[in-house]
Amino acid sequence: MHIIESGNVAAATGVKLSRAEVIAAYPITPQTPLTEKLSELVDSGEMKAEYIPVESEHSALAVCIAASSSGSRAFTATSANGLLYMNEQIHWAAGARLPIVMCVVNRGIGAPWTVWNDHQDSISQRDTGWIQLYQCDHQQIIDTVIQAFLIAETVSIPVMVCYDGYLLSHTYMPFEIPGQSEIDKFLPKFKPAYFLDPKNPANLNTVTLPDVRPDVRGDLAPGYMEIRHNLHMDMRRTISVVEEVDRKYQKVTGRGGTPLVEKYECDDADFIAVCLGSLSYQLRDVVDMMRKEGIKAGVFGIRLYRPFPDQAIANALSRAKGVVVFEKALSYGNQGALFADIKSALYNSGNKPFVHNYILGLGGREIKTQDLFNSFMASCKDDGKIGDEPQWIGLKM
Amino acid sequence: MTEKTTILNLPEEELVHPGNRACSGCGLSIIYRIGLKALGRDTILVVPPSCLTVLQGLYPIAATQLPCLNVTFASTAAAATGVLGALRAQKREKTTVVAWAGDGGTSDIGIQSLSGACERGEDFIFICYDNEAYMNTGVQRSGTTPKGVITTTTPIRGKLQKKKEVPAIIAAHGIDYVATASAAYPLDLYDKIKKAKTISGPRYIHVHTPCPAGWGFEPRYTVKIGKMAVETGLYDLYEIEHSKFKLTGPSRKLIGKKRKPVAEYFKTQSRFKALSDKRTEEVQQEIDAKWEGYENE
Repeated sequence: MHIIESGNVAAATGVKLSRAEVIAAYPITPQTPLTEKLSELVDSGEMKAEYIPVESEHSALAVCIAASSSGSRAFTATSANGLLYMNEQIHWAAGARLPIVMCVVNRGIGAPWTVWNDHQDSISQRDTGWIQLYQCDHQQIIDTVIQAFLIAETVSIPVMVCYDGYLLSHTYMPFEIPGQSEIDKFLPKFKPAYFLDPKNPANLNTVTLPDVRPDVRGDLAPGYMEIRHNLHMDMRRTISVVEEVDRKYQKVTGRGGTPLVEKYECDDADFIAVCLGSLSYQLRDVVDMMRKEGIKAGVFGIRLYRPFPDQAIANALSRAKGVVVFEKALSYGNQGALFADIKSALYNSGNKPFVHNYILGLGGREIKTQDLFNSFMASCKDDGKIGDEPQWIGLKM
Repeated sequence: MTEKTTILNLPEEELVHPGNRACSGCGLSIIYRIGLKALGRDTILVVPPSCLTVLQGLYPIAATQLPCLNVTFASTAAAATGVLGALRAQKREKTTVVAWAGDGGTSDIGIQSLSGACERGEDFIFICYDNEAYMNTGVQRSGTTPKGVITTTTPIRGKLQKKKEVPAIIAAHGIDYVATASAAYPLDLYDKIKKAKTISGPRYIHVHTPCPAGWGFEPRYTVKIGKMAVETGLYDLYEIEHSKFKLTGPSRKLIGKKRKPVAEYFKTQSRFKALSDKRTEEVQQEIDAKWEGYENE
């Protein structure tokens, strides 16, 4: 069934189709319509789930952590400062290997207060051990929310489904809603290997010592380092799991084929723009404009940011003359985080394209297609002047 | 529940293993052992960082036979909420969910999530073991450290502020069961936990828990000092059941009787060494006024 609705409703519909059992959320702009929709679905009986209106984001993720530890499929959503208020819990959920799914409706972080979109919130959480998937449109939001549960439950790692505040969360677009019976086949009931059970008691997330220790039978149990190493190795494995889940989803819905990155006109491109989120669609217009000027440009929209599909990225980008990273976040005092990651991925490739970094759209600053065009063109024609220093687009001073 | 539990009819089955990591003379180890007997096997525990985290054992060895979820410091009651949500979703509601936190994890960093859970009416028991400071991190002041007490963060003059009355704060949420207990009267605690199990919604039990290392007394005096806190009328055992306040057990028996002077209690512990005679007298007057109120009811 096709409908025209907001990105937040697309996300809520995905949560419903995924049969999340425990939902906890605290309102924050621009996430609120998503949680309002979920409470409506639960309150009306349309969705069978426990909706827990908690008193903070820290508690929202606490509820999900405990519900997931108890064997239930759990969902939450937040934005900006709410995400940061969860920070300790975000690390905890990954360390405890809980397959929670969280929508992050991307918004800039205070101070000063801003309610508008950029990516600093979720980028600041990239090293927490969560899988991060960025969305370009409403169809991707609903599809990715559903896939996220299967990915999370396959590798026992939580997933952030990130999409742009207002630009996607509050705009209306047509998207297809998959059938419940198809999704039930795609995403079976959550069956955890371990959960809190008086019949099979276990003390979860206890204190670990710096070294490994024997258990009561004398067998060595993993220590903190081993547990964290396992998380890393399973994150690396997640890249192929995301691809497998995409193939499975494609069989059910007919949609998919671009699980890691979304490429536009990249095959013969000399210059490739790289970005996260809905910006990649705006950059498609820019690429069309540039191709009219005779410049072979393309767009490379990264969907899976953590784990970072560095091999796929290096293979795709190393053929270009230049790579231009457009970012709505910054590692202050250094460069854009994505920029640094892209350069790192290209370090071992035979052909090293130049890589430029543009910072734009912070706190919802309007991103003008003409400005993107001018910057991208400047990079293509650059004779080494731009260098590594991030360039700012739309700065008015 | 009118029948009082005695040592003769206390369940023999132990749910806490001996040889755990509690300090000698630990008040918590008494109430944890007896408390788990009252809770029984069909229980899920939620525990924030505290002495109990250590008592329960270091990975991969556990000192408890109940399933337990260790959670972040501020999130205890919210985590209990999450367990409850999952149990409802899975139709496992018969299992008792118990959050068990220290005084810091209850009165300071944990009070937001506890207040939220009480306001939402979550069906769980919250047990606060109050040893009146952050003992696990080395005796720093907490919201429930009494005025005048020496801690490592109130090292010279003692704490300048009063003890936070957590049971009163929780009772203000209008929940159906709030009780106080003491590690020196574990069977009284046992009966209160048993009663709490028969009531639904949030239930809160605040347990005065002497700590030899943090309070400065010899480990053999844990029970004696816990009893003195009650016998001087400083720490009262009561229940607030369906908004009705009632002194219980040893405190109820003090009505109309002569109480021990609080100065005697202060003398037993080195943490009170900075207390002036004037402050001791003030506390005595506060106790006398409080008991005059009780006796006139």
